[in-house]
Amino acid sequence: MNRLLSRPLRLPATPRRLTKAGIHLLATGYLVALFYWGATDNLGADPVKALLHSTGTWAINLLLISLSISPLAKWLPFPDLMRFRRLVGLYSFTYAMVHFFSFCAFELQFDWTLIASEIVERPYITVGFAALLILSLLAATSTTPIQRRMGPAWQRLHNWVYAAALLALLHYTWSLKTVWEEPVFYWLIAAGLLYLRRDKLLWVVRKKFKKNLAR
Amino acid sequence: MPKVFKPSVKLTDNDVTDERIYRERRQIVKAMGFVGASSLLAKSATADWFWEDDDKKAAARRPLSFQEPGKYSTSETRTPFAKVSSYNNFYEFGTDKSDPAENAGQLQTSPWTLRVDGLVENPLKLDADDLTERFPLEERIYRLRCVEAWSMVIPWVGFELAALLRAAKPLSSAKYVAFETLYDPKQMPGQASRFMGGGIDYPYVEGLRLDEAMHPLTLMAVGLYGKTLPPQNGAPIRLVVPWKYGFKSIKSLVRIRLTDKRPPTTWNRLAPQEYGFYANVNPDVAHPRWSQASERRITTGGLFTRNRIETEMFNGYSEVAPLYQGMNLTKWY
Repeated sequence: MNRLLSRPLRLPATPRRLTKAGIHLLATGYLVALFYWGATDNLGADPVKALLHSTGTWAINLLLISLSISPLAKWLPFPDLMRFRRLVGLYSFTYAMVHFFSFCAFELQFDWTLIASEIVERPYITVGFAALLILSLLAATSTTPIQRRMGPAWQRLHNWVYAAALLALLHYTWSLKTVWEEPVFYWLIAAGLLYLRRDKLLWVVRKKFKKNLAR
Repeated sequence: MPKVFKPSVKLTDNDVTDERIYRERRQIVKAMGFVGASSLLAKSATADWFWEDDDKKAAARRPLSFQEPGKYSTSETRTPFAKVSSYNNFYEFGTDKSDPAENAGQLQTSPWTLRVDGLVENPLKLDADDLTERFPLEERIYRLRCVEAWSMVIPWVGFELAALLRAAKPLSSAKYVAFETLYDPKQMPGQASRFMGGGIDYPYVEGLRLDEAMHPLTLMAVGLYGKTLPPQNGAPIRLVVPWKYGFKSIKSLVRIRLTDKRPPTTWNRLAPQEYGFYANVNPDVAHPRWSQASERRITTGGLFTRNRIETEMFNGYSEVAPLYQGMNLTKWY
C-alpha cells in the first residue's frame, strides 16, 4: 500500500487523552440529547421513529468509521490512530444496543410476545438482531486481558465484524419501503472498506475452503 | 504488501511541526463530527419555533367555510396540525418524512385543473376555484392508518367523491376509478431524480372499485384544520379513503378516469407481494416485513407516551364490510 507521508505521524499522550474525552463527550452527549428531546416531544412528529433512526444510523456510521481506522493508520501512516478503534467500536455497539432497546421500549412498548415474534418472523429484524449479537460478542471480548488470553482465536472471532457490518446494512436497506434511499451510499462505502481488505478476506475464505476439503 | 512498520529513531523535539499538522488533522475530524452533530442539534432545537411559525414559512392557507362534522367523524384525540403537516409520505418531494414539508412549499396550486373523464357521460374540468366552491364542503375527522403501522386522527375538509362522480355521470360500463397525481419534475424534485423519489415510476397512480369510490366515506379533501391543504398534504385536492392504508389516499390530483379494467396502482406495481390493489386496513394480514396487528397513534407526547393501540378491521369503519362480502381478504390484500 502507498503511503501519504514519508514519516509516520505521532500523537503524544495528552492530546490522545483529550481526543478520547472528546469522543466520549460527543457520543454520550448526543445520546442524552436524543432522549431529552424525545421525552419532551421535540424530536419531530414521531419521536420514536426519530430516535430509532438516529441511533441505528449512528451505530452504522461508527461501525464504518471503526473499519476505516486501520486502513487510514497504514496509509498515512499514523499508527496511533489505532488507539481509538476499540472506543469507536464500543460506541457503535452502544448505539446498536440503545437502538434495540428503543425498539422494544418505545416502538413495541414491551409487548414481549410481539417482540419475540417480530425478531423471528421478520427477516429484516432477524438480520439486525444477528448483527447486534455479533457486536455484543465483540464488545464482551474487547478488553486487553481477554484479547491476550484468547490468542489467535480473538482475531478469528473479531473477523466477524465484517459480517456484522453487512448484516446491519441489509437490515437498514430492508427496513425501508424502496431500495433507492440512503443505504445505497452506505453499501458503496462498505464495499470500498472490504475492497481494501480483499487480500485478508480472500485468505480467510481460502483457508476455510481448504479445511473443508481436508475433511 | 505493506512494509513492516519500524518506529523512526530520528524523531526529536524538531518533530513538533509534524505534530501540529497532526493535531490540526484531529481537529478537522473533530470539527466534522461536530458539524454533523450540530446540524442535528439545530434541527431539533429549532423544531419548536419551526412548528409555531409553520404558516409563515409554508404556502399561505385560505380559511374555508364548511359544515360541522357529522356522523362519519370520530371524537378521538386529534393529531396536532404541526405533526400532520410535517410528517408526510409524499415521495415526489423526497423519501424522508420531513422532506415534503421542506420542499413542497412552493408547489403552484393555482391555476390547477382536475379532469374527470373516461367512461362518463359528462366529462368535467374543474379549475382551482371549482375545487372549493362547486360542492358544499364539510369537515370529516378521520383516522388515517399508514401501512408503516402508525396512525393519526385528522380533521379534513372536503366533499364526497360520490358527488363529483355523480356530476360526471359514469356510464354503466364503468367498473373502476383511476386517479393520477400531478407530473411536473420541475416542481417535484422526486420526479426529476430517481434517487430522491425512491425509484418510483411517476406519476403516482391509484385506483378504487367504483362501489368503493361511491361509498359516502370516500372523501375528496381540499382542506385540513379548517383551511386549504398545505402542499405537503396533497394540495389542492386529494383523495381520502379512511378504511384503507394511507398510500391509497393519493395526493395533488390532476385526473380521475373511469374505466372498465382494474387500473395499475403505484405501490402494487413496485412491490406486488407487499402492497395489494385493495390495501384495506386488516390486523390479520401482516405486511411481509412487519405485523399490522397494532399501530402507534401519533398525537402529542414524547417517547414515554403509551400510544400503541390495536389495529381494527377496516380501520374501525365496519360500515364498509358489505363491499367485500364473500371475498377472501387474505388473498385480496
